[in-house]
Amino acid sequence: MKYRNSLSNRKLNIVFKWEWLLVILIIGISIVNGRLSPHFWSYTGIMDSLAVFLEKGFMVLSMTLVLIIGDIDISVASIVALSSVLMAMSYKLGLPMAVAILVALATGAGCGYLNGLLISLVPGLSAIIVTLAGSSIYRGIAYILLGDQAIGGFPSWYSYLAWGYVGKTNIPFVMVVFVGCAIIYGLLLHRTAWGRKVYAMGINPVAARFSGVPIAQMKQIIFTLNGLMAGIAAIFLTSKLGSSRPNIATGYELEVIAIAVLGGVSPSGGKGGIVGVCLALILMRLLRYGMGLVNVPGQVMMVIIGIVLVGVVMLPNIFSSRGGKRRTKEIQ
Amino acid sequence: MMDEPAKTKREVTFSRLLGFRELGIIIFIVLISVLIGIRNPRFLTWSNFHDILIDTAALSVLSVGMMLVLVTGGIDLSMESVLALTGMVAGMMVKQNPQLSPLFMLILGLLLGGLLGSITGLIVAKGRVVPIIATLSMMYIYRGITFIISGGKWINAYEMPDSFKGIATERFLGLSKLIYIVLVVYVVFYYFVNYTHTGRKIYAVGSNVEAARVIGINTEFITWLVYAISGALSGLAGVMWVARYASAQNDTASGFVMTIVAACVLGGVSITGGVGTVSGVLLGSITVGIINNALPMIRVSPFWKMALQGLIILVAAIVNIAIARNMEKSQLKRRTI
Repeated sequence: MKYRNSLSNRKLNIVFKWEWLLVILIIGISIVNGRLSPHFWSYTGIMDSLAVFLEKGFMVLSMTLVLIIGDIDISVASIVALSSVLMAMSYKLGLPMAVAILVALATGAGCGYLNGLLISLVPGLSAIIVTLAGSSIYRGIAYILLGDQAIGGFPSWYSYLAWGYVGKTNIPFVMVVFVGCAIIYGLLLHRTAWGRKVYAMGINPVAARFSGVPIAQMKQIIFTLNGLMAGIAAIFLTSKLGSSRPNIATGYELEVIAIAVLGGVSPSGGKGGIVGVCLALILMRLLRYGMGLVNVPGQVMMVIIGIVLVGVVMLPNIFSSRGGKRRTKEIQ
Repeated sequence: MMDEPAKTKREVTFSRLLGFRELGIIIFIVLISVLIGIRNPRFLTWSNFHDILIDTAALSVLSVGMMLVLVTGGIDLSMESVLALTGMVAGMMVKQNPQLSPLFMLILGLLLGGLLGSITGLIVAKGRVVPIIATLSMMYIYRGITFIISGGKWINAYEMPDSFKGIATERFLGLSKLIYIVLVVYVVFYYFVNYTHTGRKIYAVGSNVEAARVIGINTEFITWLVYAISGALSGLAGVMWVARYASAQNDTASGFVMTIVAACVLGGVSITGGVGTVSGVLLGSITVGIINNALPMIRVSPFWKMALQGLIILVAAIVNIAIARNMEKSQLKRRTI
């Protein structure tokens, strides 16, 4: 509180440092990857390898908001599964694919809205328990609807969403959509009063409420957005896979949260930004690419991602606790 | 939290209402048993009841560990992976050395699980990582390690000695040995939670961390301890699980953490910390066990289980909050008079 005046300045400094660190890491990993594979340093190689990863990117953008307000959403992976299954089923029931895509979006937004409604309507019901229950309920519904079957055979234009390029250029279509979303989220978070309110909620929710931030309404919007982005992710993921099953996107919640935290978002709220998160997304993709080159199995990748997540959260805490101790000593 | 002076009085009503709550669960168990019994009479036989108890054994051991973590205001998602990893290690050990005694394996499970849990505990207590992030990561890390050490292979029933499988199949006085393990765990933890200083400190930390620190409780140690205990109990449950199902797989108990949380929340444990009883958790586990056992009996597809469990967690959590709030209201009323 004492450092109020210099707070924004200091925070900006930290953010800058963190993002430069990410850039350095990205360069370092790129060099290692380049050594491992001669095909790494090619425009199409980099673009395509990023593009197949971007469905997680959509979820990371909105998860950033959820983490900044100091909450968490572990139901996103299940929302992806339910949206995907409902989209596939409505297509199988004879709806046109375009309408089925709208169904996926509506499902995602609906699930997110439900999360937000419960969290803001029942005081004392934490986001952890709501989204934990939600992750079981949403995927559970997907299982009830589809059992252990899979639905495929979508129209051919649908696979364009994940695999196609814009016009005659070789820019992947997903990339364009993602960059658009990232810009919207970046502007929303960093250039609007609404975005400042998001940070205010994360830094001090009580103070935010007393200064007139509509906490319940904000939470409602942010969780709905998170569900909507999961719906978008479901559309691209299903397009990439070519079929829909209830067990798709298992474990995505860990990776999405890990990317956001790696990007400088603090899970206790109030810190982080879209630029850092986008850099972390690239970093995570390159890390996975490199691990894939040296034949690291998927399960081991999850171990490494878990260690990265814990490490990134833990290291600053350990250092700051030392700094804190020193400061209290000085005061004494 | 707001009305400190009314604390003692509030605690009295707390315990009374929790007693009331446990009565509620018992009535619910009886009611649901009768309803299912009407649809399928086989449900109400002794052998089926015994089956339910055996199937619930691992769950009820796990719920005690989860309860302690929840009481401190945390959550331990990594329990299912500690269970799988310990189970896999135990399975691989008895495969190579069939002469190992079952008792040794159970103790080994406790120790190995305790070690894994204390790593998680250190990350939460010393590293000050939010419990949900720390345990979510550890869930995937331990699951991955299970995959690495097993090389993706299963340990099958024929590779395990009969003495090891005997943990679940052998009976003593008509009851499976698993049930005795559960009894021992519950007696130990009933005593630990209610009659030891350390046990009471767990509640103090969960009710108000700051106050607990001010009165001289080593909150970091208590936080570490609950994760170490939940790890140890997960390890024990891992050995029980592998002996019961006579196979150790890479995806053993995958997603089981939902069931554990459901049992705890049903048993009246508050997610925000400070509230929860050992007896409530036992009843919660049995209720979940009954529901899981009853679903196939009334011909509900097993695919319903997942969604149903999520729904149970949600409804039970809301009921817990409603009870707590009603209690606070009646408290305030009494004070104005």
